[in-house]
Amino acid sequence: MTQYMLSVYGTAETYDMPLEEAQPMYEATGRFNEKLMADGSWVFGGGLERIENSTTVDGTGGDAIVTDGPYLETKEFLGGFWIIEAPDLDAALKLAAEGSKACGGKVEVRPFQPEPE
Amino acid sequence: MTQGADLRAEIDRIYREEYGRVVASLARRFGDLDIAEDAAGEALLTAIERWPVDGIPPNPGGWLTTTAGNRAIDRLRRESLRDTKHQAAMMITDDTPHEPTGPVEDDRLRLVFTCCHPALAPEARVALTLRLLGGLTVEEIARAFLVPETTMAQRITRAKAKIKAAHIPYRVPDHDDVTDRLGGVLAVIYLVYNEGYLAGSGDDPVRVELTAEAIRLGRILRQLLPAEGEVAGLLALMLLSEARRTARFAGGELVTLEEQDRSGWDRALITEGHALVRECLARVASTSSRPGQYQILAAINAVHTDANDARDTDWTQIVALYDQLYAVAPTPIVALNRAVAVAELDGPDVALAIVDSLDLGGYHAWHATRADLLRRLGRSAEARAEYDAAIAATQNPAETAYLSRRRAHLVGPDA
Repeated sequence: MTQYMLSVYGTAETYDMPLEEAQPMYEATGRFNEKLMADGSWVFGGGLERIENSTTVDGTGGDAIVTDGPYLETKEFLGGFWIIEAPDLDAALKLAAEGSKACGGKVEVRPFQPEPE
Repeated sequence: MTQGADLRAEIDRIYREEYGRVVASLARRFGDLDIAEDAAGEALLTAIERWPVDGIPPNPGGWLTTTAGNRAIDRLRRESLRDTKHQAAMMITDDTPHEPTGPVEDDRLRLVFTCCHPALAPEARVALTLRLLGGLTVEEIARAFLVPETTMAQRITRAKAKIKAAHIPYRVPDHDDVTDRLGGVLAVIYLVYNEGYLAGSGDDPVRVELTAEAIRLGRILRQLLPAEGEVAGLLALMLLSEARRTARFAGGELVTLEEQDRSGWDRALITEGHALVRECLARVASTSSRPGQYQILAAINAVHTDANDARDTDWTQIVALYDQLYAVAPTPIVALNRAVAVAELDGPDVALAIVDSLDLGGYHAWHATRADLLRRLGRSAEARAEYDAAIAATQNPAETAYLSRRRAHLVGPDA
């Protein structure tokens, strides 16, 4: 089994969507999450707050430097993610297709590096 | 000396012939393409050393697979400890349960689906298929696709790294997905074929070899999936195109279907292609299924190769088949090819109206078709300008020669 991160990218507009429009997606995503948990694929997942609420910390120098905002200023940014376990990429892509349909966003599938031995 | 050279050529031929099978078998067994490829290479070296002394073994493919398997185990043993020890112990007995596959159990079939996986870039799929299943060297593939060898090597290395890191499986897709995924495999094989077919006459022989390689892959696929209509259709399409390949060029110039010397067509390939098309038609009729694009294209080619003289071509049937093709693949290129057939049936004016409605400006075949229709309508000045546009849009010297001759033969005033 390999762990994959399924990342959902969105824009500010995704967050401005009126609740009645967003509601079906929340519900579909909820059902998808339950399915992942039921079949044992679920490791972790969730939606992220607006990008304005992020803070960047640089601890590479002496004292850590804290700045308001994201590391990269881009129009599209990570809006949420799942971490799943799947036997191979085909299985992960299948789940990603379901997740994309549920949440209404494109999903990037990326394998985790194996644990160092 | 000559004998030694002959033997070496024979070893190389066997090696290329068996390469896909050896690598596919090892890839399944060891789950690693690099190990599989390296071991196959070492098996070749052993063969070069041993076969001149011992003679070529009765089952050279089996010999190469066994030898490569032993080399791979040796390597795993030599390499580091913990994990490898465990792996090697597993490999020696090779009791890994075969994963359930789709319709057919064949290592090469698994590997072709891996090489043509949609998660890989299209150009990488083509390169990997030629490398791992076709046994072409990186240098040969680079030459065939006119890119530097380092670029091609990098493309293949990256694709293999992704297969490993993302765990792209060596597996025939489930029944539900096999049709979709098969489409991707067929597209790769057809691309390989066209890369060779459209290359032109005086070009590098490696490019011509691509058509042979594509047909070989098509035959393997046909052997593995005999019930798939599109697999038969693609093979038939390639065979019927290949039958006309040498007649397509004369004196470095492209010869159109209409002007080709039909006695130069390869009758054996045509017979084989026609038999496959008949098989497809029978399957479509008995299952009342809709034929896919390769079967329809094969049928169009069957109608063309059925006529001993261009004037005997059944254009009604060809237009009907293009209508069918357009329903399956509604692309402007299909519409353009349909228009060429319409010109024969309903006249160049009707065809020109269709051609003019297509948004294909800059595409050499669109300009060439338009030029030819204008010529036939006696609109020489416009035809001349259109030939110029076609010549500017093509990079194929044989096509340029043909278009230039046609342009020079136009009657009427210069524009």
